[in-house]
Amino acid sequence: MDLVEKALAGDRRALARLLSLIEDDGPQAREALAALHPHTGRAHVVGVTGAPGTGKSTLVNELAKTLRAQGSTVGIVAVDPTSPFTGGAILGDRVRMRDLAGDPGIFIRSMATRGSLGGLARATSDAVKVLDGVGFETVLVETVGVGQAEVDVARTAHTVVVVEAPGLGDDVQALKAGLLEIADILVVNKADRSGAEQTARALEVTLDLGRNNAGDAEAWRPPVIKTVALNGTGVKAVVEAIGAHRAYLRQSGLWDRRERERIRADLMQALEETLVGQLLERVGEEELDRWVERIAARETDVYTAVESLVGLKEHSRASGR
Amino acid sequence: MSKQYRVLIAKPGLDGHDRGAKVVARALRDAGMEVIYTGLRQTPEMIVEAALQEDVDAIGLSILSGAHMTLVPRVLEGLREAGLEDVKVFVGGIIPDEDAETLKKMGVVEIFGPGTSTVTIVEAFRRHLAGG
Repeated sequence: MDLVEKALAGDRRALARLLSLIEDDGPQAREALAALHPHTGRAHVVGVTGAPGTGKSTLVNELAKTLRAQGSTVGIVAVDPTSPFTGGAILGDRVRMRDLAGDPGIFIRSMATRGSLGGLARATSDAVKVLDGVGFETVLVETVGVGQAEVDVARTAHTVVVVEAPGLGDDVQALKAGLLEIADILVVNKADRSGAEQTARALEVTLDLGRNNAGDAEAWRPPVIKTVALNGTGVKAVVEAIGAHRAYLRQSGLWDRRERERIRADLMQALEETLVGQLLERVGEEELDRWVERIAARETDVYTAVESLVGLKEHSRASGR
Repeated sequence: MSKQYRVLIAKPGLDGHDRGAKVVARALRDAGMEVIYTGLRQTPEMIVEAALQEDVDAIGLSILSGAHMTLVPRVLEGLREAGLEDVKVFVGGIIPDEDAETLKKMGVVEIFGPGTSTVTIVEAFRRHLAGG
């Protein structure tokens, strides 16, 4: 495949086209990903997530600068939401990443969620694979501004950085399940504002509670790091923590285990998409509509319909008798 | 599904007025396009690089500083050098008629003066992106 070969040889336009191909999906995208697969698995994938306005983009900008100074090449995928009403999107993360312009060791790609709800786009993990495959040593994935339950990034990234800011909630918020549970590194950004110390302390307490309950002294204890991303304060400590977490993953065997979990999840997703696609092709839109009508009329129910549609039971009742 | 258009809205040069650029970005978003917004003070090199990495179909340049005759040709030339000559370039701002003529000859597909309605702008983007 021409585009893949060019991208592997360092052609940035081919890389950009490849990423579009993958966003738009289709058989060509699958071919390209298959060709790239042997080259993947080397990059350290770091997710950066947190509520809107906590400073994710600014932090990513600073992280990339620091990583570059240390000699790592950096690919960035920055995700922003698609409007559910128009399908359009404003992708504004580059505004905070202007420092990174002109560096051939950096590649930034903005991505719209296109309907996905977990904080990433459907194609984000494949885009990460592309950047990994063409040789970027670190791939930073910035999620949309998330609430409490958008935790897809934990499946795509080796290391998850959760960004908090002072004044976003009390210590009960910190107790809740979700975002904090997926954090490998916690950053309290905008630490020059009042309340940063309390926020950091509340997070520390929560983390210690979790650690006591888990009872595993060997387990990774997420560090809480205060930063002012706007002027770079504390960013070096975050980069060090990212490196330490990578070393921990390698030593503990978690790197390989998570890799397998990720592959399994990818395989399941691809299976689902393919099987559902095949089924819908066989069944057809009209028959599906008939089932919807019958279910709406309370003649049958969703589960009975599924059993019949996938052929677990004979097709005796299909097509409304 | 029809093709998802990706558009870059950028403000080259040193003037600090980005309201127009934001209004246009929002209008294109509401028209269903993915709009990559880069913010103020972009150099032509930065704009070309962003267009390449983001694989956009079109670029909208907002220039109010009067420096359009230096900035726009540099963007066009950069695009050609990067192999991006098929990216459609639109310019908005205060552009005298004779300059507009010259810029169009150089390859700008459409120029919008002050007061152009967003409806007109969105229509022009749609038409040119569809290959018209």
